[in-house]
Amino acid sequence: MSTQERKKSAFSLTVMRIKAEPFLYLAPFALGILVFTLYPIINVFLMSFKENFNYITKEFSGWGLGNYQYILKDPYFIQAFKNTFFYVFIVIPISTCLSVVIATLLNQKIKFSGLFQTAYFLPMVTSTIAVGLAWKFMFNYRSGVINYLLNCFGFESLNWLQVTTYNFPALCIYGIWAILPFTIILLLSGLQNIDPMYYTAAKVDGAGPIKSFFRITIPLLMPTIFLVLIINTISTFKVFNELFPLFNGPGVSNNLFTVVYYIYYQFRVKMPSKYGYAAAAAVVLFLVIFVFTMIQRWIEKKTKD
Amino acid sequence: MKITIQHLTKRFGATTAVNDFSAEIQSGELIALLGPSGCGKSTMLNMISGILPVTEGKIFFDEEDVTDLSPEKRGIGLVFQNYALYPHMTVLENIAFPLEIKKVKRAEREAKAKEMAKLVHVDMLLDRKPKQLSGGQQQRVAIARALIKNPRVLLLDEPLSNLDARLRIEMREEIRRIQTETKVTTIFVTHDQEEAMSISDHIVLMKDGFLQQVAQPQQLYDEPVNCFVADFLGNPPINKTHGVIQNGQLVLDGGCCVTLDKAAICKEGQKVTLSMRAEAITVDENEKNAKGIIEETYVMGKEVLAYVLLGDYKVRAYIPAEKEFTKGQKVNIGLKKRGVFLFDDETGERLA
Ligand SMILES: Nc1ncnc2c1ncn2[C@@H]1O[C@H](COP(=O)(O)OP(=O)(O)O)[C@@H](O)[C@H]1O
Ligand SMILES: [Mg+2]
Repeated sequence: MSTQERKKSAFSLTVMRIKAEPFLYLAPFALGILVFTLYPIINVFLMSFKENFNYITKEFSGWGLGNYQYILKDPYFIQAFKNTFFYVFIVIPISTCLSVVIATLLNQKIKFSGLFQTAYFLPMVTSTIAVGLAWKFMFNYRSGVINYLLNCFGFESLNWLQVTTYNFPALCIYGIWAILPFTIILLLSGLQNIDPMYYTAAKVDGAGPIKSFFRITIPLLMPTIFLVLIINTISTFKVFNELFPLFNGPGVSNNLFTVVYYIYYQFRVKMPSKYGYAAAAAVVLFLVIFVFTMIQRWIEKKTKD
Repeated sequence: MKITIQHLTKRFGATTAVNDFSAEIQSGELIALLGPSGCGKSTMLNMISGILPVTEGKIFFDEEDVTDLSPEKRGIGLVFQNYALYPHMTVLENIAFPLEIKKVKRAEREAKAKEMAKLVHVDMLLDRKPKQLSGGQQQRVAIARALIKNPRVLLLDEPLSNLDARLRIEMREEIRRIQTETKVTTIFVTHDQEEAMSISDHIVLMKDGFLQQVAQPQQLYDEPVNCFVADFLGNPPINKTHGVIQNGQLVLDGGCCVTLDKAAICKEGQKVTLSMRAEAITVDENEKNAKGIIEETYVMGKEVLAYVLLGDYKVRAYIPAEKEFTKGQKVNIGLKKRGVFLFDDETGERLA
């Protein structure tokens, strides 16, 4: 090999090293995702098409859509789907609107704003079990503060936790409350990114607080609101944990199935476990969330132009 | 509309940003509020606009006391240093926003906004967002938005400082044109003396929160009331020398003797500052006020800029190009009447 050739090959080796370096740094993380995220997802997807799959022996009777056919006819799955949809469509708008208002108020230079901020973020650092217990007390038919408030405004007490009709509203109230702190934190950071000079300009232009809220704050906060909407829609579609503090399960008489609870039910509660049904339900949920996220991003793009 | 400012003071904790400021601004004029950075110009402007409450003193628009009125009730138009155009609105919506707040009907306010856009020459950009505009165009939109309510005063805070040099000259002429067309009383904040000199009817010069002088640009240049005013105006900067009055003559540090009529009014032994504009100094001509030594000469087109040693001081002078001097040559220095000032060394007050 001539010196020139050697030089050239050495050169291309360094180039390769430079090109490979970033991938080297990414490798551990990529490996983690591959093993702990991608592999299970593919596995679930495959499992949903395996009929009569046995998780232990890995045996199955054949490929097909049997699992999907079963769950789409299963009254529990249909109930779970309805509940989840209603939950998302009630919790998301109410929690988002509430959070925008509360975050805007917290962002004002008011007295005790530090105190209020702490009060709103406390739920994030408190144990879910303890908080759930507290909510159980608050929803109590006889001694709960929520019924007390209802009575104050002239309404009758509701048996939130024991009567099936009121289970769902109770779940929604608890769900809205649970999602607020995180949403408010994100919105607050969005609000703090709005240059105060726009408010001064609007004030000089004659806009009062309400006008400048709707014409300045909301439009300039829109990117953060969309972010919050997407994150929260995904997480509320997966409603599951919220069932346990109040009801220890899907309502008082299996009336509060959600899609994730249905997956859990097929997988863990039912004997023998039906892994295929669980996997099919998971894939359906994934598709629904995917479609919703795409729709939201499409709307976001549209409103931007 | 006439603006009267009486004993206006603004304190932020321990710092006094504006100190016992009194001035009168005549109706329909373009006023430059001039001063170095941090001297309280923005504070002053924000008090006139009502964004900042005053600590002491009063502000009148004509006969009306507006001191405690909120900004939207004062009838002012304000242009911010970085324009503060609403990023989510189009040019048209931005300009029409003040009328939208006033609940003017859509068709009417858009017609008015288009009229304003035409005045400031952005009528072909109505559907753009602020991000899609150049600095100069944003500036024009900001002015249109400020003018749409027919304000009694137009206030501009360093409106040109975000523009490049060429655009700055173009825009300052535009501001002058728009002001002349609308005849609105205008206050224009700047730290650039050249900018202030070139477009304003009167200059209000301030320093460290104190008013220094209110005058027409040329008058401010020719008749500064104190040493700071003389220093602040003019390019190249004025030549500043210090000395003592002895036997009716001024002896500069370093022993250079200057014969001056103006010295007659000074006390014997008084310490004074002699400030001379470069164009007020002649070299080797009829008058002989002092002797100097040529230090350096630079040919600058039709003129020659000479550095001349007067005692310990190196002063700049313009000399005709046809004369030739060598370094170290002794020359007679003449001082014209105009552009030569004597100030008290301690107070900085003008003596002659
Ligand atoms: N909100 C404020 N709080 C405290 N000090 C301020 C505030 N605004 C201005 N100052 C002070 O007042 C002085 C004048 O400021 P400003 O009016 O902005 O000057 P200019 O516009 O002439 O550069 C400065 O010393 C500045 O630090
Ligand atoms: Mg300023």
